Amino acid sequence: MNDIAQTASPHKDYAGSKLGMWLFLFTEILLFGGLFLVYSVYRSMYPQDFHAAAAGLSVVLGTVNTVILLTSSLTMALSISALRRGNSRRSVLLQSATIVLGLVFLVNKYFEWSGHIHEGLYPNAPELLTRSHGEILFYGLYYVMTGLHGIHVVVGLVLIGIMLTLTMRQRITGADYVKLENAGLYWHLVDLIWIYLFPLFYLIT
Amino acid sequence: MNEQDKHIVPTKTFVSVWIVLLMLTAVTVTVAKADLGAFSTFTAIMIASIKAGFVLWYFMHLKYEKRLLKLLLLVPIITLAVIIGLTFVDVWYR
Repeated sequence: MNDIAQTASPHKDYAGSKLGMWLFLFTEILLFGGLFLVYSVYRSMYPQDFHAAAAGLSVVLGTVNTVILLTSSLTMALSISALRRGNSRRSVLLQSATIVLGLVFLVNKYFEWSGHIHEGLYPNAPELLTRSHGEILFYGLYYVMTGLHGIHVVVGLVLIGIMLTLTMRQRITGADYVKLENAGLYWHLVDLIWIYLFPLFYLIT
Repeated sequence: MNEQDKHIVPTKTFVSVWIVLLMLTAVTVTVAKADLGAFSTFTAIMIASIKAGFVLWYFMHLKYEKRLLKLLLLVPIITLAVIIGLTFVDVWYR
């Protein structure tokens, strides 16, 4: 290392960081898009079975989780505004609120899944295999799609947790916040996917 | 550095968007109970897409981004539309 490299401030490329994050999010959209494609083809083949199977899901739980995720997106967005106005304490509080809401979402999901598993509605369960082909496909897609979404929630929570630590250590500040913004973008994408999952699984009439 | 100093979205804007999103959620749950027949799926997808638009435009800050980023978003959307469209041509006319 020479002197120049040590004294120069590290190069930051704000626009590049954000563009990179968006490109990654595009691949995420296509990942879930593939699953939505499978869902729509099978639903068009077995509309009655999907209708019957969806009756087994709790609209109330689905709606509550929708409200929780939408609210967590709000607190995430507000945390960035707060930081940029120089109020890092408020930003830390709002990031913590986002994490708490994400955890509540996962707890609800846990109760929801264990309820279905108790009813014998899990992949390859003897009870599920007695049902029609379309219902088996519905529950398969339900577990894969909400499961993959759930993994994204966990990843998002870990990311926000890291951002929270960095904000508290003054490594993310009102002058350098692109990491927090990118974590926020990821979290909003998780919300975005749930916006489509909710009507497609819970609200089939 | 100067490009990141613009556009701090006011709290009021975010809260308004959140309220709109909650109202749209209430609408989609209510509409799902009414039997719209063949239109129920279409309505659900339309409402979800309006909600997604609000999240992208305000929460994900797209409104304040450069045109390049806005246009780039069309790439995955059009790709998906083409893939889904072509697949259904196959499913329906096989």
